[in-house]
Amino acid sequence: MTDRIADIWGQRTPYARDTAWPVRLDQHLQEGVSESDVQHWVQSACVLCSNGCACDIAVKDGRMVGVRGRGGDVVNHGRLGPKGLYGSWQWNGRDRLTRPLIREHGELVETDWNTAMDRIVQRSRHLLDEVGSSSHGFYTSGQLFLEEYYTLGVIGKAGLGTPHMDGNTRLCTATAAAAMKESFGSDGQPGSYTDIDSCDALFLFGHNMAETQTVLWMRVLDRLHGPDRPRIVAVDPRRTKVADAAVESGGVHLAPLPGTNLALMNGLVNQLITQGWVDEEYVSAHTLGFEELARTVEPYTAEKVGEICRVPPDDLRRAAEIFGTSERVLSTVLQGFYQSHQATASSCQVNNLHLLRGLLGRPGCGVLQMNGQPTAQNTRECGADGDLPGFRNWENPNHIDQLAELWNVDPLVIPHWAPPTHAMQIWRYVEQGSIDFLWISATNPAASMPELPRIRNILGREELFLVVQDGFPNETTEFADVVLPAAMWGEKQGTFTNVDRTVHLSEKAVDPPGAARSDLDIFLDYARRMDLRDRDGEPLVTWHDPESAFEAWKECTRGRPCDYTGLSYDKLRGGSGVPWPCNAENPDGSDRLYADGVFPTAPEVCESYGHDLLTGGATPPTNYRADRPDGRAFLKTAEYTPAPEVPSEEYPYVCTTGRTVYHFHTRTKTGRAAQLRTAAPEPWVELSPGDAEALDVAEGDLVRVESRRGAMEAPARVGRGRDGTVFLPFHYGYWDTAGSDGQSRAANELTQTEWDPVSKQPLFKVSAVRVTKLAPGRGCAPAPTTTASAPHDPAAVPATRGDQGSETREDPGVADPPGRAPTPEHTPGVPQPVSPHAARRR
Amino acid sequence: MHLPVYVGLLDSSLRSLADAFRQVSDGHGEEPDVEYLCGVLAGQVDEQWEALAPVIRRYGENREHEPERLHATGLDSTRSGGVGLLRDLQDLYMLGSFVDMTWTVVGQAAQGLRDRELLRIVQTHEQDTSRQLQWLQTRIKQAAPQALIAAK
Repeated sequence: MTDRIADIWGQRTPYARDTAWPVRLDQHLQEGVSESDVQHWVQSACVLCSNGCACDIAVKDGRMVGVRGRGGDVVNHGRLGPKGLYGSWQWNGRDRLTRPLIREHGELVETDWNTAMDRIVQRSRHLLDEVGSSSHGFYTSGQLFLEEYYTLGVIGKAGLGTPHMDGNTRLCTATAAAAMKESFGSDGQPGSYTDIDSCDALFLFGHNMAETQTVLWMRVLDRLHGPDRPRIVAVDPRRTKVADAAVESGGVHLAPLPGTNLALMNGLVNQLITQGWVDEEYVSAHTLGFEELARTVEPYTAEKVGEICRVPPDDLRRAAEIFGTSERVLSTVLQGFYQSHQATASSCQVNNLHLLRGLLGRPGCGVLQMNGQPTAQNTRECGADGDLPGFRNWENPNHIDQLAELWNVDPLVIPHWAPPTHAMQIWRYVEQGSIDFLWISATNPAASMPELPRIRNILGREELFLVVQDGFPNETTEFADVVLPAAMWGEKQGTFTNVDRTVHLSEKAVDPPGAARSDLDIFLDYARRMDLRDRDGEPLVTWHDPESAFEAWKECTRGRPCDYTGLSYDKLRGGSGVPWPCNAENPDGSDRLYADGVFPTAPEVCESYGHDLLTGGATPPTNYRADRPDGRAFLKTAEYTPAPEVPSEEYPYVCTTGRTVYHFHTRTKTGRAAQLRTAAPEPWVELSPGDAEALDVAEGDLVRVESRRGAMEAPARVGRGRDGTVFLPFHYGYWDTAGSDGQSRAANELTQTEWDPVSKQPLFKVSAVRVTKLAPGRGCAPAPTTTASAPHDPAAVPATRGDQGSETREDPGVADPPGRAPTPEHTPGVPQPVSPHAARRR
Repeated sequence: MHLPVYVGLLDSSLRSLADAFRQVSDGHGEEPDVEYLCGVLAGQVDEQWEALAPVIRRYGENREHEPERLHATGLDSTRSGGVGLLRDLQDLYMLGSFVDMTWTVVGQAAQGLRDRELLRIVQTHEQDTSRQLQWLQTRIKQAAPQALIAAK
């Protein structure tokens, strides 16, 4: 038995470079349930982070009673993290929405599906007649399944014809997609998790992997405990476990002031160029824009960067040296970059580091532009967010024609006069009243959006007709006109795709509670009731269940970089997940992309013609063609500019928000799992020891953190961050505070409505705040001691522990590790260059 | 030589454009991207204008003898609402286009004069003007349908 609350990453299974990561089977069963009690094990994959760990759900008497990792899966080799073990299977029973609700005389009352759907359709029809499709907005999630996103995408884009569709993926993963489009021409993860097995150096840019993707971090830890261990470089203002590992491995921890990432990255690229760590042959044959890149980064000397970012110049030089001289480098990027200032430009500079050294497409040489959510990749590729399905380019008329033909609709129905509206703009249109019909599915914006006072005002607008589709009542359902009860994971069937493009099938294990329906069935019902038709008068949506939706989606991806045509439900059953592209020629999928250095930048295939990274101004198609990218990647960056909000006398600290290992999002799932709830029960405010002393704040004292927009109050954790920086966990809202004194506790009370000009991802991580001590504490802050929120003085705070009697097992080495998917020499869906590489060399 | 006429035109139109960017930034605080980027771009135009100083020293600047037909004098105030934003961005676009063509004309003269320093200044800074126009066009195209069709 093991306590995976205290021991988050479990026992080590060390392995050497270029060998296979050993299997370790992790399992947890509900107390009192033994393995022999389990009646069925039902195949799935975990949805409590973006890693995509394959698992089997234990079922007894029609209930989910536990979970175990799938040893034969390429993603996790049997392991699960604390959230998967303790939180994933627990949401079937309590507190669920089980009947549709409609608002009558100001109150939400129970009703039947007919009444609820009729009300939606009536309002929808009325607004379509009166105003047109621009009156409709859809705000979805990174939590649904592929089939659901694609269905929603077709309804919105080909049925109604509204450009206003996006997801909360805008808050977590938009920059990953944007950075790949700008550098490589299209979304599509170049690297693979298997690159961890082979790398000599691992760079984590704003990525606290130890907490956000625990199972991926186990893989790193197992390399660090083996022979020929990689060096780690961590870029993070907090002293995370990743930062500790960086120091221990002989690497570097760079802690730039929040908001200055681009200056740091321009400095790293400057070092690479001035020190001569550039593969000139690769750059000349496979990239465009070197001269301009070199010109832009020229002023960013180590000293200048040190001044802007407040990092020691020698640390920057050392980090650059590790990047420049290691044989194989893997980089990962996450919210520390994505949710910060100049997000896309900073993330593109990570791509540039790899392009400059030609470190892509080979074992151990890769980039993982990470996702924050389990199914974010599908929101992006299926067209339920600000992109067109199959990574199609809204500015390319041929791509629009392909979709029009596939769906048998007039191309003019498909909105493509501008990029699909990004979430922040959708909310602005709702605020202004030009969107009066908003349908929110599987997300909780009243806790997760920036600047909550504003969001509550918008959701509370009288003229707004608000549909909220979710599994639990939450902060957002409070505002709804219609609430639709949705089935959740384990209660429905579907597929989803993780960060490294691996597709998993998740089977239905149990029935949803009460009258709850799958999101797919709800969308299909809406399409039917709206009588959405194609240009021949036939029903627009021709599928009726998850598998037929998947088959329809496969056709949409045929020949595109995210080709699914070689996959099927049967193929995904029983064995491992399979990474796309997967087609007839590559039936086993593709481990990594761009082995031959040919990228999907040809104008006829690219997903975007690119942007100016400073402003987000779109590159005109004629300019793009004139550059003749022809399969070469773009080396792009921008000059550093100070963030929209910088510390001032009145608001002297920079506030960043983020995750803790024990929770996901607004805790609607993890907050209902006893072990996870106990490990991190309430919010806290993390201060550096220096700042705490200056403020006369001791561990556990109640403090108020206040920006120009709002404030929150919580006990202080005197932690290990850098001076001048305050950290807040973003998970805590108000759904479980009934009976409390109404104290503000959500981090997003004070975050700002600002976004990156290219990816449009909001800037959660750079709010100027002031901190005031309110009252002496009654004990320690409720922050975990096991992670980045560890106290400065470990002796002062009792260690975070789990339930010692819990039925949790780890069995290392019980099976051989699974094989890897092959890496195709040339990436499917990418045109061969017109002019051969040799001819391009200078 | 009439180059000083165009140097003067560049000088005054850059100042108008910087002011106009600042004014739109201040007037549209409810559109955070417009507020922030117009502020950044105003700073960029200031830098362009500063870079012009040696040119003014060398060639001087003349007031135009031709009567002003199109008054590219800047914005008096900003508007509000969806269509108001559109109009303000379009005004910026017109001012920016005026600056853009003025760079082009000065650049042509620099070529004729074989003035390498002036050529370098023009080449460096006219790119920033086209970036500004590119952003304005992108933002206008995005805002137009909603403002014209669905706004109340």
